[in-house]
Amino acid sequence: MTKEMQQTQDEKNLAHMEVVIGKIMRIGVALALVAMLVGFVLLCLNPQAANQPFPTRLSLIWQGLISWQPLAWMMFGLLLLIFTPVLRVVVSIFAFAKIHDHLYVAITTLVLFILCIAIVYGYHAR
Amino acid sequence: MVTQTLIMLVTGVVAGALGSILGLGGGIIVTPVLTIFMSLDIKYAVGASIIAVIATSSGSAVAFLKDDVLNLRVAMFLEIFTTLGALLGAILSGFFHATVLYFLFGALLIFQAWNMWQKLRGSKTETVLTQSDALAEKLELNGEYYDKQEGKTIQYGLERVPGGAAVMFGAGIASGLLGIGSGAFKVMAMDGVMKMPLKASSATSNLMMGVTAAASATVYFFNGMINPVIAVPMALGILVGSTIGSHVMQYLPARLIRKIFIPVVLIMALQLIFKGMAVF
Repeated sequence: MTKEMQQTQDEKNLAHMEVVIGKIMRIGVALALVAMLVGFVLLCLNPQAANQPFPTRLSLIWQGLISWQPLAWMMFGLLLLIFTPVLRVVVSIFAFAKIHDHLYVAITTLVLFILCIAIVYGYHAR
Repeated sequence: MVTQTLIMLVTGVVAGALGSILGLGGGIIVTPVLTIFMSLDIKYAVGASIIAVIATSSGSAVAFLKDDVLNLRVAMFLEIFTTLGALLGAILSGFFHATVLYFLFGALLIFQAWNMWQKLRGSKTETVLTQSDALAEKLELNGEYYDKQEGKTIQYGLERVPGGAAVMFGAGIASGLLGIGSGAFKVMAMDGVMKMPLKASSATSNLMMGVTAAASATVYFFNGMINPVIAVPMALGILVGSTIGSHVMQYLPARLIRKIFIPVVLIMALQLIFKGMAVF
């Protein structure tokens, strides 16, 4: 196979991988949507809960989830939504690795690394 | 509470549709509605705005599954600079007053609107760069997409990558400091500086905004700045609105998108300048 044919093949594979990324993103957005809807429905059943303080600690959100607290489910959904773009970066690394684009594996890994630093800073800067 | 929820839902649908058509985060619509019409604490408005940004971005990403308008390599390469900027902006926001930046970015946006107005009056059709310059070639940033409105595949090259990267770094700082998607600056970096076609710039900007916003959103989330009673109905509306918007976008001519873009950018500029003046 000539180099050019190989390149076209790789571009086709990347286009295919973008569809895979899109599908994984759909699952992430769908999960966030479901959690937010569950919380929203629970809140409609118990509107009084809107006046309670909302949980921001992971442990409190988890406790709220298992006891079906509306605000905890809503916060969980929002957290899932916040992480969908991060998921996209992670999957893109695999996509570039699959088409042997080492330059872009490195570039995308660097983006993920910067993102992790930002998230860790956010968690500890409370 | 029912009225408030309904307002948030409707605002979300409108913000999501406009945001994904224009490659903006939708925060331009969300922030004034929350602060001016619902007299909400600016703290929660900023928190809701960043959720609006992510919901618009992810909502459009889901819709773009079948259409390869966005350029993944351009997005990831430039994301190095926006995330670095967002990290710096988030760290600086603890020490540094944002008032000056409201003015600065407001002025920059007026320049952006003027720039687009000039383009609109100038050439009738969008000019596409056919050949990438050396650096863009090395980074494999050239791309192509199928334009449904023109009915043909458009191949394009890019130029002035360092300039685009610098604007992206600034866009990241604005996002981290002010809790905005700074989509206007991202589109400006790609479309204005690097000569990427507007539709590809807009779609790529949508993807990038979500990644940049995710970093600052976690800070807001754990700070208690994101109120779920406000943010959730809005996010639900946006997911619907952005799905509609990104489908409609491909059938709109680029010149019409620009015409919608100019007043939106001007409103955003005035909004930022007024915010800065509120201190005096």
